[in-house]
Amino acid sequence: MTLPPLITFKQVSKFYGRGEAMIRALDHIDLSISQGEFVAIMGPSGSGKSTAMNIIGGLDVPSSGEYFFQGIPTSSFDRSQLTLLRRHMLGFVFQGFNLLARTSAVENVELPLVYRGMDHRERRRLALAALEQVGLKGRESHTTQELSGGQQQRVAIARAIVTNPAVLLADEPTGNLDTRTSFEIMELIARLNRENGITVIMVTHEEDIAAYGKRLLRFVDGRLASDQVRVKEPDHVL
Amino acid sequence: MFFETAKLAWRAISRNMLRSFLTVLGVVIGVAAVIAMVTVGNGTTARVKDELSRLGTNTLFVRPGQWGPGRVSTEAKRFTDKDVQAIREQVTGLRAVAPVNRGTATVIAGGANHSTSAIGTTNDYLIAQDWDLAFGRNFLPNEDRGSHAACIIGETVRKELFGAANPVGQNIRVSNIACPVIGILAVKGQSGMGDDQDDTVIMPLKLHQRRIGGTTTISSIILSAQDGVATSKVQSDVESLLRERRRIAIGREDDFSVNDMSQIAAAMTGTTVLLTGLLGAVAAVSLLVGGIGIMNIMLVSVTERTREIGIRLAIGALEGQVLTQFLVEAVMLSIFGGVTGIMTGLALAFGVVSYLQVPFVTSPTIIALAFVFSAAIGMIFGYFPARRAAQLNPIEALRHE
Repeated sequence: MTLPPLITFKQVSKFYGRGEAMIRALDHIDLSISQGEFVAIMGPSGSGKSTAMNIIGGLDVPSSGEYFFQGIPTSSFDRSQLTLLRRHMLGFVFQGFNLLARTSAVENVELPLVYRGMDHRERRRLALAALEQVGLKGRESHTTQELSGGQQQRVAIARAIVTNPAVLLADEPTGNLDTRTSFEIMELIARLNRENGITVIMVTHEEDIAAYGKRLLRFVDGRLASDQVRVKEPDHVL
Repeated sequence: MFFETAKLAWRAISRNMLRSFLTVLGVVIGVAAVIAMVTVGNGTTARVKDELSRLGTNTLFVRPGQWGPGRVSTEAKRFTDKDVQAIREQVTGLRAVAPVNRGTATVIAGGANHSTSAIGTTNDYLIAQDWDLAFGRNFLPNEDRGSHAACIIGETVRKELFGAANPVGQNIRVSNIACPVIGILAVKGQSGMGDDQDDTVIMPLKLHQRRIGGTTTISSIILSAQDGVATSKVQSDVESLLRERRRIAIGREDDFSVNDMSQIAAAMTGTTVLLTGLLGAVAAVSLLVGGIGIMNIMLVSVTERTREIGIRLAIGALEGQVLTQFLVEAVMLSIFGGVTGIMTGLALAFGVVSYLQVPFVTSPTIIALAFVFSAAIGMIFGYFPARRAAQLNPIEALRHE
């Protein structure tokens, strides 16, 4: 018996507007991603990579076609079912970190657990463990403003993995960071993929960041232009 | 989870303390006004009731016309000596029957003059009112008949005219009638309605009718039942006697009224009920305005925190959880206003009550009501902004700057 792939797109399209002015953000995409992969998605702006990411993340729904998560079709999901999919299966890391302002690191990390109704002590324990995993031990009580960009992104990663999700979705995770910090963050994400077996799907427009992925998808004009698996490990060594 | 939400809400409110306070000012003022006025009103009512009960529950007031809020009829026939006589003879169980006419008069003694209320009555008046004399005597039979002038004066009048001296035996002029002072009333102080009961001159009814009222009729009768006699019995006896004497057909309404103190108190409280209603309307308007203020600021807050809402929705907050968060915030805000209003109102009332020297009577009902209402305001006016927050599209919310 083979497990269905984690993520499957079957003829997924996304249109905006109608008639002459209609934009095809995604044009009949077929795609599948298995457990444990590290997928980098690249493409010029407007190529549909963000739309694909939003559909995978349950933040958006296809106009046509079907998105299967663990073999389950999601087209019949309503808003709260999509929320529950995000809550239990997905972790998000954004370009702009998207942490709650004036809130301590540990409270930011606890947030997804709050919505799961987990009790305070258990929550705190898991959040502290997640912060330790991203190398922020000792900065738990710092508020967002007291942390550097790299540290903020580490908090965001801790928040994404604290629920032990099946997939980590990273939308340009290094877009707001300098080169050195970018590589540090990528090392962290690669380690989580390698050691924890967490599936990573990452959108980026930097080749050297995309090089961390084991598989590279290129989107052009709403279509999947290429899909290559990398054998070579990146040569950056920090 | 609830505790979590409450903590979050409190954080959002306290982060903008000044703004929060200004937002709920409408609720604060509305609630404070109601609490203050109801508390002061309660104090005054308590004071009046206390005064009235001190007058005794066995006292009845007979007046022409129907008496009550909005029911004063001036057309009704006044009473005559014969009515008084008939009550005295035909109604049993009475301790005192006092005809009473009132008017204002200027009293003069030596160089001093003073305007006061002149009461024309009989010795029964002092019995019915349980009013003792501090000095002197009450009316003799010949004075009662009106053949000789005589005056009993209250303490205020005495002070105004004679200062420290004892005026018993001296002559005063009451509306140009020469009148010897035969007695001085014991001090009674302010009435429940706030007027000075000691500011009065009591004279025989006949004299009063002739020289002050210019009439032969009587405007009211005060009755006092004997101890152990039910006032309701006396009341109905007097009513049927007067109906007969005033030839009121069966089925028609009385053109007079016989009330005891509790009924008069009820009539007075009736006025209070009207006032309370008016007050309620004012409160409702100010709470409405306060509610709109809360809705407004919650809408601003939702816009300001669009990104935060987006984050929460993206990482797994259900619509209901976001809705609850904003609703709790609005309710907490309005309860904060309500509680501040209750405390402000009580403080205000305490000040006014001390100034008026009436008892401080708080009403737990109105306080509870104010609390519940302010919470409801938050609930009602917070719902729309909270729903708007909950229904945001997470992608757009996250993109919001």
